[in-house]
Amino acid sequence: MDALSWGQILLKVALQFIPVWIALALTFGLSIAFKRRLGLYGKLYDSPVGMIGFALVMFWVFTAAFAPIIMTQDPLTQISGMKNILPGTPVRGVEGTWYLLGGDNLARDVFSRMVAGSTVVIQIAPMATLFAFMVGITLGLPAGYYGGALDTGLSFAANLILAFPVILLFYLLVTPEIVTSGLPQYLGMVLFLFPLIFLVVMINSRLYVKPPLRNALIAGVVIIGGWLYLSLLSSPGTKIDVLPPAIDVIEVPGNILIVFVSVVFVNAPTVFRIIRGLVLDIKSRDYVAASQTRGEGPWYIMLWEILPNARGPLIVDFCLRIGYTTILLGTLGFFGLGLSPESPDWGSTINAGRRLLSIYAHPAIVPAIALMSLVLGLNLLADGLREESLKD
Amino acid sequence: MLKFLLRRLLTMVLTALCLTFVVFYLTNLPPNLEKLAKSEASARMSDEDVAKWIENHGFAQPVLVRYGEWLGLLPGWTRTEGGVTTGRCIESGQDAATAPLRCGILQGDWGQSTVFKESVASIIGTRLAATGWLMLCVMLVMVPTSLLIGVLSGMREGSRLDRGLSIFSIASTATPEYVSGVVLIALFASTTTGISPLLHEWGWIQGKTLFMGTATSALDKITFWNFTLPVMTIALYGIGYIARMTRASMTEVMTAQYIRTARLKGVGFRQVVMKHALRNALIAPFTVIMLQFPWLLNGVVIVETLFNYKGFGWTLVQAAGNNDIELLLACSVVAVIVVLVTQLISDIGYVFLNPRIRLA
Repeated sequence: MDALSWGQILLKVALQFIPVWIALALTFGLSIAFKRRLGLYGKLYDSPVGMIGFALVMFWVFTAAFAPIIMTQDPLTQISGMKNILPGTPVRGVEGTWYLLGGDNLARDVFSRMVAGSTVVIQIAPMATLFAFMVGITLGLPAGYYGGALDTGLSFAANLILAFPVILLFYLLVTPEIVTSGLPQYLGMVLFLFPLIFLVVMINSRLYVKPPLRNALIAGVVIIGGWLYLSLLSSPGTKIDVLPPAIDVIEVPGNILIVFVSVVFVNAPTVFRIIRGLVLDIKSRDYVAASQTRGEGPWYIMLWEILPNARGPLIVDFCLRIGYTTILLGTLGFFGLGLSPESPDWGSTINAGRRLLSIYAHPAIVPAIALMSLVLGLNLLADGLREESLKD
Repeated sequence: MLKFLLRRLLTMVLTALCLTFVVFYLTNLPPNLEKLAKSEASARMSDEDVAKWIENHGFAQPVLVRYGEWLGLLPGWTRTEGGVTTGRCIESGQDAATAPLRCGILQGDWGQSTVFKESVASIIGTRLAATGWLMLCVMLVMVPTSLLIGVLSGMREGSRLDRGLSIFSIASTATPEYVSGVVLIALFASTTTGISPLLHEWGWIQGKTLFMGTATSALDKITFWNFTLPVMTIALYGIGYIARMTRASMTEVMTAQYIRTARLKGVGFRQVVMKHALRNALIAPFTVIMLQFPWLLNGVVIVETLFNYKGFGWTLVQAAGNNDIELLLACSVVAVIVVLVTQLISDIGYVFLNPRIRLA
């Protein structure tokens, strides 16, 4: 078989992505048809920039979802003779398959690894950002609302973390010596508690007038949330090993959990500062004074009066922060920290490819472009959302 | 103002103490010390030997005491065994009586690097100088470019120029250093891809590549060919952010009443921008540029690793990767001081530039 020309490579790659194109077309078709009924999300379709951003983001989300169908090879299999091979070379001995975007220095398919890498990023980045937001909101609301010593203490702690150079922090948290000491897991124990606290306080402040309903809901949240919490943290053979394997449903590989924790830890202080600033601004509004006069509790005011009114800037920042988290994940991979060297995530593959960069560029370029397009999509989406939310 | 400065300095010192203690604690955890013992003495030591080595070298004391010794607040440990006195501040062969009582960073004693077999102070000095040149070039490229982009796009909000430049700045903030570095090397410094093979074929360049893919030679002599790519890589990521801040500040100023007054008075657009708008629009970006330093530190670590430029960032990675405790501590002290000092400067500068802000 002959090697493919660039036109053929592009065509083949586009054909591999067919499920993604169909899903994208469906999403956009349905959303545009009903855009007047979809609120802020529907308004996104009035802004070309926002639409391009959303398309880029959804492209990678669907790629991550359909990764097993899109991949042409197994991302970990090495095929002899395909080392550093140029894009479009046919696989030896197998009719009708190619290394569409070439092979890396361990003779693995660059295209399939890039697709497999999207699953890692799409799974970790939004979740980590969400957790960082939960931590930031739960601490930022009282800091801004009460002020005083609480605010001074929390702000000092936040500034402390922010003054740390990120890479140094990663090196300190993710090195094997510190991982064996269990420190990242203890940190995770504290950080993962915040979503639970957030939910419980939110339900309690709203429904404390209806005790039976409140008790039922809180019991549900505590039992299900606590179970998820424990099964997320506990893994056999480490410092925290509390749940028997039979009910330990979520099995996160140890190093991914550590990466997750450190990314949440780095992001949370910034979110805290944003929330605190927003609360300081909003708490002087009339509707806050009205609910205070009405005799509402402080947490009701914080969670049900102030927080919903801060949603605009928060949604925009959420998009930007997912992009930033993606960059952080890439940085971790680039320095070979945390994730295993086999892992197909984009940072690690860039790191593996950069050694032979001046001779074989494709193993590093492909994941680099992928990462850039996802972050660009998120930034454009945030820009579009900001523009549309300012129009009201 | 004086009170504000004092309070800021106090907070700064407190922050620096907390941060260095955290780093000290994390780098001095038992597994790190065991690894240090094995790499310093012998890799095949028994557990008792390791424990003895740790004991003999003063690492068995409580963390706070050792932190005090490292700072130079507490006297260094000494121990006498078989008539020979060893201690933190006693160099081998030195008489114990003549050795100083305290030796920590306050006395200017930063310790010895285990990787480079050199005193930490001299390593940090030379590496920081190398990074200083990189930073200087980055600033010289980044600040004027980003301000120009920001002012041009903020001048007429919504114009085609504004749209184009805004897309450029969003794209540049979406490209972290390790992505732009890889792309730039592939484009300009690769023998097989990008423009270098073409230029070589046409006979336009003598060497195999247009720019050099590594900046190792820049340590001896900085040239346009070996320094452009690292500088551009760091600058690109920062340009977008500063430009967006400048644009936001410029658009706000351009809608202000006094700009309209000036226009109605009949002052030309160019004059309005140069004389009235620019000065007020550049206050906000000043803070942003100062706060970019901590970010630059990040970029410096990535770029120095990617381009193999042996500066401060490269040293930090080596120290962290090889469990070089003293060197890593020194690196973090420098990094923390850089971050805190730039924060202070940006606060003070903001007050000077913006007379509307009064400090209690």
